[in-house]
Amino acid sequence: MENKETLSGSRVLLVYSCWWLVWMVEQAYLFHSLDWSWEIAGADAVVTQLVLALGGYIMHTSFRYYRPGQKNAAYIVIWSIVMAGLLFLLQRWLLSELFPGRPDYLLFLSQSSMMRYMFNWLMIAFVSVLSWIWYFLHEQREHEKRKQDAEQLARTAELTSLRQQLQPHFLFNSLNSISALAGSRPEEARKMIQQLSDFLRGTLKKDDRQMVTLEEELFHLQLYLDIEKVRFGYRLQTHIVHDDFAVKMTLPALLLQPVVENAIKFGLYDTTGEIMISIDARAENKTLVLNITNPFDAVTSSSQSGTGFGLSSIQRRLYLLFFRNDLLTTHIDENRFTTTIKIPQQ
Amino acid sequence: MIKTILIDDEPLARSMVKEYLQPHTEIDIVAECNDGFEGVKAIGQHKPDLIFLDIQMPKINGFEMLELLENPPAVIFTTAFDEYAIKAFEAHAIDYLLKPFSKERFDKALQKWMSSRVADTKNTSALIETIAPPEERQRIVVKKGANIVIVPVHAVYYIEAFDDYVKIHTKEGFYLKKKTMSHYEQTLDAASFVRVHRSYLLNVQELTKIEPLEKDNHVALLKNGTRIPLSQSGYTKLKSVLGI
Repeated sequence: MENKETLSGSRVLLVYSCWWLVWMVEQAYLFHSLDWSWEIAGADAVVTQLVLALGGYIMHTSFRYYRPGQKNAAYIVIWSIVMAGLLFLLQRWLLSELFPGRPDYLLFLSQSSMMRYMFNWLMIAFVSVLSWIWYFLHEQREHEKRKQDAEQLARTAELTSLRQQLQPHFLFNSLNSISALAGSRPEEARKMIQQLSDFLRGTLKKDDRQMVTLEEELFHLQLYLDIEKVRFGYRLQTHIVHDDFAVKMTLPALLLQPVVENAIKFGLYDTTGEIMISIDARAENKTLVLNITNPFDAVTSSSQSGTGFGLSSIQRRLYLLFFRNDLLTTHIDENRFTTTIKIPQQ
Repeated sequence: MIKTILIDDEPLARSMVKEYLQPHTEIDIVAECNDGFEGVKAIGQHKPDLIFLDIQMPKINGFEMLELLENPPAVIFTTAFDEYAIKAFEAHAIDYLLKPFSKERFDKALQKWMSSRVADTKNTSALIETIAPPEERQRIVVKKGANIVIVPVHAVYYIEAFDDYVKIHTKEGFYLKKKTMSHYEQTLDAASFVRVHRSYLLNVQELTKIEPLEKDNHVALLKNGTRIPLSQSGYTKLKSVLGI
């Protein structure tokens, strides 16, 4: 972006120089056709146009510090009138100093005063307006870019916070289990610390927008499930099925685990006794389809409203990544609650 | 001998408490429970002096379980992370153990309870009365004889004041619960439940008709045919909820 800016800046300078060069040549020809020698016609043209170029540049530069808003555009008119006058005086002084020994030229100079002044004003006003527009567009673009950056930032932040809803409950309860194991079964405590560390490390190192293969995600999930199984013992049973194509497909990192966490919470706190969580992954024409099923009690379920609490953040994340709202669906079949996630493959 | 019961759905969490209790020979663990249902049963059976209670448990949570008890024993809560619950404990000066907790912290809690047994039970009752889920209440847990019934709020027709109790009327009849009307008025979704009378909290989904009585009085007719008197302010409130 910055590169493009400087490029367009130097291009503006080039066009600006060419513009005055063209006027210089034109004026020289005009004056020559009025029977002035090439020397006088050329010198007049160079001085006139160079001074104008300088004036235009001053106007442009001053706009960098103060630019009248759209409402007080009259300022531009006043400024250009004053500027044209100042430039005219400068031109006249320079030209009369150049050719002091040519009274016919000095006479022409004073006779053409009005014309010269009007031309100055026209030019300065024209350059000023162009410059004003240039700044205006520039600012708009900056504004647009800032807006985009802000949106991008907000999206990243939102993704991060959605992802980081790693349940503190899970962490503290796991630590409590480790504490319990440490007294009676230190070997198992050590193993659980290992699993918990691997799981946390996996959570931390992945970046929000990163796509990982299902294989990787299932590995990460297994760490989580192993820990939960230590916590809940026999109550938690899992069944994972996947086809060979599905494991090579990709999905956003750390998407599956929160869904399974939700299913476990749903299942464990909604029923007593053993629960079975099934995870089924398959490839369906260029889409990875994940089905996560947990038991639940339709009557007493505390999260009856549509998708459970934990799922709304997943839905939001899928939307932010794919701009689609239909990738997560839920289905209730008697006492089974199924969450289906579709991940389109690029 | 002090009788205690451990109620937690995680076996390891219970074994932790058991281990910490070992040196305290004056305390006898009479039961261990996996969930609130077992808890209610065991408490009825053993009448413990003290229970160690987790909050997040299957089916009914720790608070809902306490609601079901006629005379709740002293409670030391053991919980992992629940900002809302912790606020409630602190408000009622109730001791709680944040998992994982140390032996020292555990002993301190136990010591504190031993030295002021009576006060603790009083605080627990106060906690049970005022505690409400952070979001709107989705269900009400009640006891019918020996059974525990979980009533989803949308199945409630209306709630009626009844001395120190409230009657929760549903299709299956009414359930008694030792709570106040204002408790339900505050914790149930205000768009569905309107306090139409000092003694009545009405589920507007069940309303079919409002009929005028003599003078300025009105009566609400429910789908099941029940007629509920409306107070003047109740009538105004009901109209504003219904948008008429």
